[in-house]
Amino acid sequence: MSQVSLESKLSTKRRVIDGVFRVFLTFSIIATLAFILFVLYTLWKDSKFLLSKEIVTNFPSNDPNDAGFQSAIFGSIWVVGVAALVALPIGTLTAVYLEEFAGKRNKLTSVIETNIQNLAGVPAVVFGMIGLAFIARGPLGWGFTVGSAAMVLAMMILPVVIIVAREAIRAVPPSHKDGALALGATQWQAVYRIVLPSAVPGIATGSILAVSRAMGESAPLLLLGALSFVTFNPTGLDSQFTILPLSIFKYASDSREEFHYIASAGSLILVVILFTLNFIAIFLRDRANRKSRV
Amino acid sequence: MTATSTERNAQGVMEFIDPVFTLSDVAVSYSDFLAVSNVNLQIPSMDVTAFIGPSGCGKSTILRSLNRTNDLIPGAKVHGKISYHEADLYDPKASAVEVRRRIGMVFQKPNPFPKSIYENIAFGPKVNGRPSKSELDVIVEKSLRSAALWDEVKDRLNDSALSLSGGQQQRLCIARSLAVDPEVILMDEPCSALDPIATARIEDLMIELKRDYTIVIVTHNMQQAARVSSYTAFFVTEVNPLGDRRTGKLVEFDSTSKMFSNPTDPRTEAYVTGKMG
Amino acid sequence: MSDLSKAGTSTAEGAWLAPSAHLRRRNFFQSIAVNVMRIGTLVTALITTGIIFSLIPPTIELLGEITTQVFGTTWAPLFLPPEFGILPLITGTFVIVIIAMFIAIPFGLAAALFLSDYASFNVRRVVKPILEILAGIPTVVLGLFGLYVINPGLVEKYWPIGESVGYSAIGAGLMTGVLTLPIVASVADDALSAVPRAMREAGFALGATRREVATKIVFNAGISGVVAAVILAFARAFGETTVALMVAGSYPKLSLNPGDPMQTMASFIGFAGIGDQPTDSTGYKTIFLVGSILFLVTLVFNLLGNRIISRFREVYE
Repeated sequence: MSQVSLESKLSTKRRVIDGVFRVFLTFSIIATLAFILFVLYTLWKDSKFLLSKEIVTNFPSNDPNDAGFQSAIFGSIWVVGVAALVALPIGTLTAVYLEEFAGKRNKLTSVIETNIQNLAGVPAVVFGMIGLAFIARGPLGWGFTVGSAAMVLAMMILPVVIIVAREAIRAVPPSHKDGALALGATQWQAVYRIVLPSAVPGIATGSILAVSRAMGESAPLLLLGALSFVTFNPTGLDSQFTILPLSIFKYASDSREEFHYIASAGSLILVVILFTLNFIAIFLRDRANRKSRV
Repeated sequence: MTATSTERNAQGVMEFIDPVFTLSDVAVSYSDFLAVSNVNLQIPSMDVTAFIGPSGCGKSTILRSLNRTNDLIPGAKVHGKISYHEADLYDPKASAVEVRRRIGMVFQKPNPFPKSIYENIAFGPKVNGRPSKSELDVIVEKSLRSAALWDEVKDRLNDSALSLSGGQQQRLCIARSLAVDPEVILMDEPCSALDPIATARIEDLMIELKRDYTIVIVTHNMQQAARVSSYTAFFVTEVNPLGDRRTGKLVEFDSTSKMFSNPTDPRTEAYVTGKMG
Repeated sequence: MSDLSKAGTSTAEGAWLAPSAHLRRRNFFQSIAVNVMRIGTLVTALITTGIIFSLIPPTIELLGEITTQVFGTTWAPLFLPPEFGILPLITGTFVIVIIAMFIAIPFGLAAALFLSDYASFNVRRVVKPILEILAGIPTVVLGLFGLYVINPGLVEKYWPIGESVGYSAIGAGLMTGVLTLPIVASVADDALSAVPRAMREAGFALGATRREVATKIVFNAGISGVVAAVILAFARAFGETTVALMVAGSYPKLSLNPGDPMQTMASFIGFAGIGDQPTDSTGYKTIFLVGSILFLVTLVFNLLGNRIISRFREVYE
């Protein structure tokens, strides 16, 4: 047999298309990353002269020289904190129920599942509408308060929490639970003592992501009077409030340019909070993944 | 024209006239894990060679290194030298794409593309050139005939390949690999997902195909190795002296009749007679 | 472990498999736990019911009151007399959503293919979290960027048609695209990564290059997941409120020029909501009318997208 050559025999055209395609994909990724960096750089550039303790400790003001975000930061912590206290336990319980106790081939279960999936896709602003109709006004009539806002955000993140918690529970190998059942544990004991502890990192990751989503969300609370000038921190569920994203919105809509820089500073604060939350979540997930791989 | 030679070189490796593959001190590792090492063997042209051995012995790993399918697994590295005729398979100038076009592969589970029967066969010729519709028709028919599938599917070439039975799907995958006109077909346990009747048809097909192609088959089924192959390589797994992971090793390579009747190594005898596995 | 001995001692004659007292206690506890969880599950059903019941009554009431033309060209429900020509909202919404899809689909799918077929394990481990970070940038920040960087820096300077007023649909569309890009990327990547490796290996074994395997095999095999990714991103863009409100402004101009300010259905809700409409006022009911449309459209798209995804999972898992 004559000498064989294994050198590439790709036609020039194929080679060119392959190369162009690879460049296109790489360019897309780099452009996306560059865009994130550019947004962050712009925020920093526009507000670096404002970054001091005062921007965090000052209350909203009509004077750009002493306007800040204290009441907005506390408002966000209150609203999101209460929302998390409501949504995380209910979400986790629902997830456990659907994964471990509800009949898998049950018609009702599948209706509930579809419902949860669709709730996760309902535009955020619609949750503000149900809050306006039933919670702030209507039957509950709680007014434009921390409590109303927290309920709205809790409803918004509940489906997200359920979906990620279910995924985390599903990722626990069924053999673990079978082992516990074979030792005479009840279904609930097996779930509570064996499945849930293994699923905790996944549930935590999902919960943090859901909470950070609530922290950055602005639209639903537009309808609950959060876009207002509040110069005091909330003291309870019945307090008036504003939140960080909407006070950014408010400063951004001011016609005076100085306030736009304050909005940038607020954005930077918000982004730092959210990125910290996201990093914790990603770190937790990475660690859990690595553990389960070994 | 079967290469028949029982010459052995200084290392005791059976040598053939114009072998298709020559493996010298081949080892394959995945990241820090040595999957198989110290493989020296030659694979003859226009014949069927079988790789047998217990699970984890590295026979599939060696098979996958013969057409650089291992390149696709992150961290996989081939050490030593694998020659394809005179060319070094892992030469920096060698193109994996060209290697795989010449050396086809059929996998454990049938893996037709979710396209029509016709498009499955046409895929390879299409990416490797610009055949006209009529040329494609010829290639498709020829490949399906060679894989003994034509009569069963000729009236429904546009049906989804997924509508075929498991055995038909596997023959489709064989036909698909024939369509790019390879010299070698590697088969990685091609019948392990099939029932006995489908298996028998694939075995007949292999015997048929060895007139035109060199076939290397990995199998768990010793009767299959005995039925279809002329040469057999037996691998075992040994505890790696460097760690607690197990590494595969080639024990013996000889003509199939010798391997199954009068093997040199006691481990081979134990395996083929069913005492170990 | 005392459970086992108790199980033995408490067994009455001929009832070896009857539950022990301790097991009965445990079963009782389990039934409480399960019922608590059922109530949790009920909450999700309640939310949906709540949404529907908050939307329908004001919508129906308002539909009875509207006397002007519904498909008219003037949308001014908050003025006296109110006008309900919804065309400007429809064009505004679609112009912005379509621009967004022009960003999100190519870049998102490129990212997905890069992740599923080109990136090494380590690159993937870095790039994937970065896309999640992009997904985590709050809408108000993207709105701010669109309003004070994209609108004056790009649209005002380079957009060829018409006079810029500081707000633009194209700015809002671009930022909504950035917002939905990670959705396309992540859903499509899930689908493409789920295409079995055997399928890729078969392609490589036939001498196909990486690009051919990615575009002709993987992309085809994962096409339903890709479609689902686009549908879900579309639904997300459709419902985006803050970005449209900040960047495209709140003037419902009937125009197809992306350089103009526009109002979307969602941004109308946000805009009217800021104004604190008294219950039962026309403005209040209009919020719910538009909300009903928004809800229905996103519902249809989400149902479709999720159905496609679950079908796809059945095939490959």
